Amino acid sequence: MNPREIHTLLKERFGEAVRDWTEPEVGDSSLDLDSGSLHDVCVLLRDDSALRFDFLRLVSAVDRTDRIECVYHLWSYELAHSAALRVELDRSDPRVASLSDVWPTAEWHEREAYDMMGVVFENHPHLHRILLPEDWEGYPLRKDYVAPREYNGLTNE
Amino acid sequence: MGTEILKTPAPTAEELLGRAVQDPRDLTRYLYYLRNVRAEGLSVAVAPLDAAINWSRASSIWPLTFGIACCAIEMMATGAAKYDLDRFGAGAFRPTPRQADLMIVAGTVTHKMAPRVRRLYDQMPEPKFVMAMGACTIGGGPYSRLGYHVVKGIDRFLPVDVCVPGCPPRPEALIDALMYLQRKIAADRPVTDRYLRPFFSKEKRR
Ligand code: SF4
Repeated sequence: MNPREIHTLLKERFGEAVRDWTEPEVGDSSLDLDSGSLHDVCVLLRDDSALRFDFLRLVSAVDRTDRIECVYHLWSYELAHSAALRVELDRSDPRVASLSDVWPTAEWHEREAYDMMGVVFENHPHLHRILLPEDWEGYPLRKDYVAPREYNGLTNE
Repeated sequence: MGTEILKTPAPTAEELLGRAVQDPRDLTRYLYYLRNVRAEGLSVAVAPLDAAINWSRASSIWPLTFGIACCAIEMMATGAAKYDLDRFGAGAFRPTPRQADLMIVAGTVTHKMAPRVRRLYDQMPEPKFVMAMGACTIGGGPYSRLGYHVVKGIDRFLPVDVCVPGCPPRPEALIDALMYLQRKIAADRPVTDRYLRPFFSKEKRR
């Protein structure tokens, strides 16, 4: 299936929760979703016999300065097609449902997104920092991040 | 014995030792030194012990096995057959800090890593040496300006003996640093003070 067909299929099932199709200027097209419906959509994407997305390639977060986007790249080994999902989150309190019960691989990816961007994944089994030390302050990949002048007695200048 | 020495002004024992330890791998120099010292009647029986200890130390610098980032690849290449660190007696990478003499810090040290590196260093027995390999360990390297997570130079928490510049340094550079370290060790005096008296004599220490 190409992304256009997947979009039509999802639109039938979920209606308004799936945003209208936009043709991308460059690169792959993504399916924009309401953040509230993400988990249900993903369960369908995994289980539907025409979709069969059995592999979550990547979870990433993007800081657009007025909002934070979470992007999910999916791949189906069985049917050899791919899709990208995108949800927009409130920058002051980014929250979205965790997908670690749909695809277990999401667990570490979501921890990284939490570590670097501060996206909180609800119902995540173990949402802690994965790369930085536990007591680090701030989320370094946000555009307005200011590096600490000192950490653990070592200056950073 | 000693007739040819008497023609020229007799070198002091310290000079002789200096000459002898130029190249720690040359045992015959030590024997020559020992003979000259005895010909002069100097009471420095333990001074050659310095040289012998230095020689054995400098020719068996065992590094600690660990690599943190990309520089470690070059360190592994140095240890492997082509560059063969074993020629200098330094190819025995020890898997435990308690058997290691040299810590080659090969790679970016992050703030999270720094306490771990320091702990490994603390576990090594004296005498121990630290080599800062690569731009990252010397001053943060590519991360020196915008790397929020990188310690800008490991000399902020470790005493560094040799710095090896490069990103990454070639194996030749690492070998050069190792030979520098050997010279540094050879200049050490583990059992005598600056008058070449043994530490265990009753006279004043250094
Ligand atoms: S100095 Fe260069 S090669 Fe070495 S660890 Fe740093 S970035 Fe990697």
